[in-house]
Amino acid sequence: MNKTLITVGVIVGIILVIFLWVRGFNNSMVTKNENTAKMWSNVESQYQRRMDLFTNVVNTIKGSADFEKSTLEAVIEARSQATKITVDPTKLTPESIEQFQQAQNSLNSSFSKLLLVVEQYPVLKTTDAFRDFQVQIEGTENRINKARDDFNSTIQEYNTYIKLFPNSLFAKMFGYTEKGYFKAAAGSEKAPEVKF
Amino acid sequence: MKKILIAVLVFFNVIVQAQIPDRPSPPRLVNDFAGMLSTDEIATLEKKLNDYNDSTSTQIAIVIVNNLDGDEAGNYAFKLGDKWGIGRKQKDNGMLILISKETRDAFIATGRGMEGAITDVHCKRIIENIIVPAFKGGKYYDGLNGAVDAIIKLAAGEFVNDVTNEKKSLPFSPLIPIIIIIIIALASRRNRNNRGGGVIGGGGWMGPLIWGSMMNSGRGGGGWSGGGGGGGFGGFGGGGFGGGGAGGKW
Repeated sequence: MNKTLITVGVIVGIILVIFLWVRGFNNSMVTKNENTAKMWSNVESQYQRRMDLFTNVVNTIKGSADFEKSTLEAVIEARSQATKITVDPTKLTPESIEQFQQAQNSLNSSFSKLLLVVEQYPVLKTTDAFRDFQVQIEGTENRINKARDDFNSTIQEYNTYIKLFPNSLFAKMFGYTEKGYFKAAAGSEKAPEVKF
Repeated sequence: MKKILIAVLVFFNVIVQAQIPDRPSPPRLVNDFAGMLSTDEIATLEKKLNDYNDSTSTQIAIVIVNNLDGDEAGNYAFKLGDKWGIGRKQKDNGMLILISKETRDAFIATGRGMEGAITDVHCKRIIENIIVPAFKGGKYYDGLNGAVDAIIKLAAGEFVNDVTNEKKSLPFSPLIPIIIIIIIALASRRNRNNRGGGVIGGGGWMGPLIWGSMMNSGRGGGGWSGGGGGGGFGGFGGGGFGGGGAGGKW
């Protein structure tokens, strides 16, 4: 009789400890998950800012007569491709991040080509508007880099957290999986460097 | 396991890489680590920036370093701004003018909240039209002073200092008379009740309770920036940087 009471007590105690443990884990996961989504939205809005800026540049160039049309169209095409690729901020899988990054990179490289062509149009490149664009492009790249750095460190914290024991067990139970990083700047990722 | 190890290594590597100077203590807005300004010039700029901080809550910091540890000026500026927390926390209204002596870099970084008033193009113009010409002639103070004036002009009306208790040494001082009045009112009511011989007013207990909670809230209100030393700069407020700004070389 006494023995069963003790057993029951121990079992209840263990269940309580596990419950508190799991609850603590789940609560901090909710916060961390929220955080990664927030950081992602910041990354996304910086990329959006760049796309808007590219659109402005393209429109300015369009206005000038006899500009080579093919490079312009390449940028417009890459832009519409890039807008199609979206990432689910609640998932942020490595694959989706990589896809997003690729689309943005190809937009960036086609834009760099466009800027090279602009070099051949002295009238265009010496305008105030274009000098301002140069500054804005640099600023946008800075913001993107900053947003990506912040995003990566949030993801790193998250990924490390779910890999630690015993969190790794709970993470599996609740279906929290590793999230994707931004890869370090490869050659194509560098800001388009053009001196107007 | 291996992955975690790599992650940890990368993490520490990042920390080691960025050799950003620590927050100055006592806090200062003008920090010349490279000896480009005279003591008088530093004092004049510090006063100007501190007054500006008092009236608008916008924090403009000037940091002069010897070199950037191989980093890019912009990157270095954002890291430093974040690390020191220039600007108020919710407003992110910090500005950083970073000068690197050896690499001849000048960079103006805008806190997230300042990006609207002071665009990257503005920063670039201030660098190119004010700082670079002055610095080329060795007039470092004139360049910085002119840049500060330009920033102040651009940011006019953007922020007002609505946080009155942030710099005062007694953050809860305006509350004291009110609390005393409440206590007296409650005490006298209780006395009256007692004299009336009957109903015991629960109100008698309220005085100490309110007093206690107010003392707590006054003291607990995060980021206490003890404004000792009479009118000195009270400290950075934890503002963040998002990559806004522009730079150039002289």
